[in-house]
Amino acid sequence: MKVGIPSEIAAGEQRVGATPKTVIRLIKKQGFEVYIQSGAGIKANYADAEYSSSGATILESAQAVYDQADIILKVQAVSDHEIEMMHSGQVSLSYLAPGQNPELLQKLATKGVNAIAMDAIPRISRAQKMDVLSSMANIAGYRSVIESANHFGRFFNGQITAAGKVEPAKVLVIGAGVAGLAAIGTAKSLGAIVRAFDTRMEVEEQIQSMGAKFLTVNIIEDGSTSSGYSKVMSQAFIDAEMKLFSEQASEVDIVITTAQIPGRNAPKLWLEYHVAAMKSGSVIVDLAASSGGNCTETKDGETYTTENGVTIIGKLDQLPSQASQLYGNNLCHLLDDMGKSDDWKIDMDDDVIKRAMVTYNGDVNWPPEPLPVSPQKVKSTTSESNTNATKVDKSNSRSYSTVISLVFMGALLYFLGLYAPKEFMGHFTVFVLSVFIGWQVIWNVSHSLHTPLMAVTNAISGIIIIGGLLLTEHDLTSPMTIVALIAILVAMINIAGGFFVTNRMLKMFRKK
Amino acid sequence: MISSQLQLASYLLASILFILSLGGLSSQESARRGVWFGIIGMIIAVLSTIFGEGIEGHAYIIAAIVVGALVGILVARKVEMTSMPQLVAILHSFVGLAAVLVGYGSYLDPETQSLIGADRTIHLIEIFIGVFIGAITFTGSIVAWGKLDGKIGSKPLLYPGRHLVNISLVIGAIVLCYFFVQGIGNEGMYALYLMTAIALFIGVMLVMAIGGADMPVVVSMLNSYSGWAAAAAGFMLGNDLLIVTGALVGSSGAILSIIMCEAMNRSFWSVIFGGFGAAPTGEAMEVTGDVTAADHAEVAQMLKDAESVVIVPGYGMAVAKAQYPIHAMVDHLLAEGKLVRFAIHPVAGRLPGHMNVLLAEANVSYDIVQEMDEINEDLPDTDIVLVIGANDIVNPSAQDDPNSPIAGMPVIEAWQAKQVVVMKRSMATGYAGVQNPLFFKENTDMLYGDARDSVLKINDELLRV
Repeated sequence: MKVGIPSEIAAGEQRVGATPKTVIRLIKKQGFEVYIQSGAGIKANYADAEYSSSGATILESAQAVYDQADIILKVQAVSDHEIEMMHSGQVSLSYLAPGQNPELLQKLATKGVNAIAMDAIPRISRAQKMDVLSSMANIAGYRSVIESANHFGRFFNGQITAAGKVEPAKVLVIGAGVAGLAAIGTAKSLGAIVRAFDTRMEVEEQIQSMGAKFLTVNIIEDGSTSSGYSKVMSQAFIDAEMKLFSEQASEVDIVITTAQIPGRNAPKLWLEYHVAAMKSGSVIVDLAASSGGNCTETKDGETYTTENGVTIIGKLDQLPSQASQLYGNNLCHLLDDMGKSDDWKIDMDDDVIKRAMVTYNGDVNWPPEPLPVSPQKVKSTTSESNTNATKVDKSNSRSYSTVISLVFMGALLYFLGLYAPKEFMGHFTVFVLSVFIGWQVIWNVSHSLHTPLMAVTNAISGIIIIGGLLLTEHDLTSPMTIVALIAILVAMINIAGGFFVTNRMLKMFRKK
Repeated sequence: MISSQLQLASYLLASILFILSLGGLSSQESARRGVWFGIIGMIIAVLSTIFGEGIEGHAYIIAAIVVGALVGILVARKVEMTSMPQLVAILHSFVGLAAVLVGYGSYLDPETQSLIGADRTIHLIEIFIGVFIGAITFTGSIVAWGKLDGKIGSKPLLYPGRHLVNISLVIGAIVLCYFFVQGIGNEGMYALYLMTAIALFIGVMLVMAIGGADMPVVVSMLNSYSGWAAAAAGFMLGNDLLIVTGALVGSSGAILSIIMCEAMNRSFWSVIFGGFGAAPTGEAMEVTGDVTAADHAEVAQMLKDAESVVIVPGYGMAVAKAQYPIHAMVDHLLAEGKLVRFAIHPVAGRLPGHMNVLLAEANVSYDIVQEMDEINEDLPDTDIVLVIGANDIVNPSAQDDPNSPIAGMPVIEAWQAKQVVVMKRSMATGYAGVQNPLFFKENTDMLYGDARDSVLKINDELLRV
């Protein structure tokens, strides 16, 4: 199998689909042949010589690369011009934004290209190693802080020096996804006071774990969804949120907004009056600039200073070397999953591939069926999709088996009622009801207490001592009494030992 | 002397106290109260029986109780927390033994002999079943104790046709039951002896067929059996308190078994009938890659550099009694402001909740001890995972390799973390006997040696740097 890496032609794109390091991996570990267009890595500081010493073949033109390769590794979506150079059956890996580009998908499908949209890789645990959105967001979060520090005329950390006291910078991060968390971590390590806001309650812990203060409004509404992104919030919530931001605007020095919803324009969170309320010298970094911006005043691709002295950054350097390396690793992981060179296979039953492969065998395969992020839920959906056909049968057979077991139980009870003595039926009722009570009570026992539970039930089962007690008689020579006394003895060992050891165990459980 | 109505009333009170006792275990705060409910319930039950009508031989009874209590407390006081599973197992065997003895006693009771017709038949069947379950519990628990204590090898003893043998033994027991019921007077005694021998044998074979890794299930299963034995004794003596308590214990043990089975992805029924399901067919995946070893100083340095640490303890921690130095290490790391948590797999150790008990013994605060499901989501953001004496519960084959014997078992996804350090005595496989690809991953380092020694050395390094 041959892998080709053409140059990126989009303006401002500095990254490249493979670095010398990932080329080594592609060749040595995965068994591919690698062809790369001359100068493809130059903007990311990777020279042709490095690629060729890694084992790649340098080709002069993009056309040559497209002709040679079975698999194309790219960063930006292919243009019409590039599609013309491609051929049927070719596999391409790149960003595609499939939700916004239906025509592009159609063109690729018509050409017979099997296109994988790296930005459509589902965000499940297994696919994290190939999740380019996360790896790129990580870089963006880091870079947003560095960039803001560059434009911010003061220290980030607080100091008390002979020349006077320096106040620490206050940073507000809006949206605590990967980029937001990375920004929090970076700002924190520079010494700033960091606050963060997110509509999803579940990230509170993550924010705190990164060392920031979690800001929230007084309305209980959780914005989390099964896709891992947040939903659109109610008007009351948005009002409260805006009020919170107004309070923060006059206090904070740096605002980093990262709120993005895939396939839609970024929500407007930082409005004109928020910008107006900020101190002169403050900085806003808008990571959502390319999808419309979280701040109404952002200009995409530009950095400028407003009349009241607030610098708004709408364009970030890509850190192309680092970004290409991580992006290239993501691609390698995906190729790993698809069987490398020897066992190359497009498995449309695979949870990841069937969602990311947006065009396949001439058909557009979008939108994909939803897949929740939480690992537990993933399991149920996979088994569902695998056993869809048998599912109906199963639920049928389940209701059958319920009926059968009920009938069986009824018959059993009927015969018991016919033949068993009255006294037995009384005991039997008590028995069955007790089993039900036990069943209900035990499910509530917390997992960490299972060992004490076992010790307690063990001690309680020593109640068999009563059997011994009832059988004892005055006559020590009667075998019945001897047997009964031994029973009492061993049951008592059990009772005393069981309770004592449970108590010992529970004494140790404590909370700080 | 207590009237029989009053005795029934106190039995009812004892039953309620037992239910509250089990209910109390739903949280740590109410657990100790729950134990006291149990103790009071037991005292009420025993006293109201001793001073009830028709009880003779008080002196002997009290002597037996005092001796039994002393022995029980002495044993429970002496036992170390790491040998808890053994203790629980051996205590189960006492219940089984008591159930057998009560069954024999009841058969010898002249009152039994005076019964006629359906009453007699039912009563004899009750005795038969009670002795049967009790005998299985008795020998099964002894074998479980031997396995847990290392006195018997932990390898499962499997021979061809064992299911057939077991089934024919059970059928044989049923046939004996017929002769037992038919026998006039004490004539059925031989059938009872024979059946007891069969049940004792089944108990041994049932547990012998189960490997060491599945011990948590066995212990809770025997717990359940001991409950059913008590309930059967209740039927034969016509005592509702025994029935209620036995049923509570029986269903409790059954639920614990179900929870354990789910945690290991095994069928509940195949566990109850012993021997577990058939092994999957097909070749297990080849494990490729190199093993890298680290030394204590390197691990200490990794911990220094990490922001978030997750510790996955396993049976190895219990064996090495490493929980105290681990607690010291955790306190040190917490003091440095790191996020430190424990990840507990439901079947870690040899007893349900085994790890929680050991960590509690070492005074580890339980709010940093989390379950597998809670922690798995956070692992990708974790800097370092320390696997201490655990193997199968962190084995990626369970997810990746459909032919693996542990395929489908939920595991702690340690490999998701940025760095994994596995503390182990050697490269030997875990109880499931499966190779662990985790050890071969690029982000995994092995730290060989006794877990306790290793942690102590790491602690020294941590303090030095």
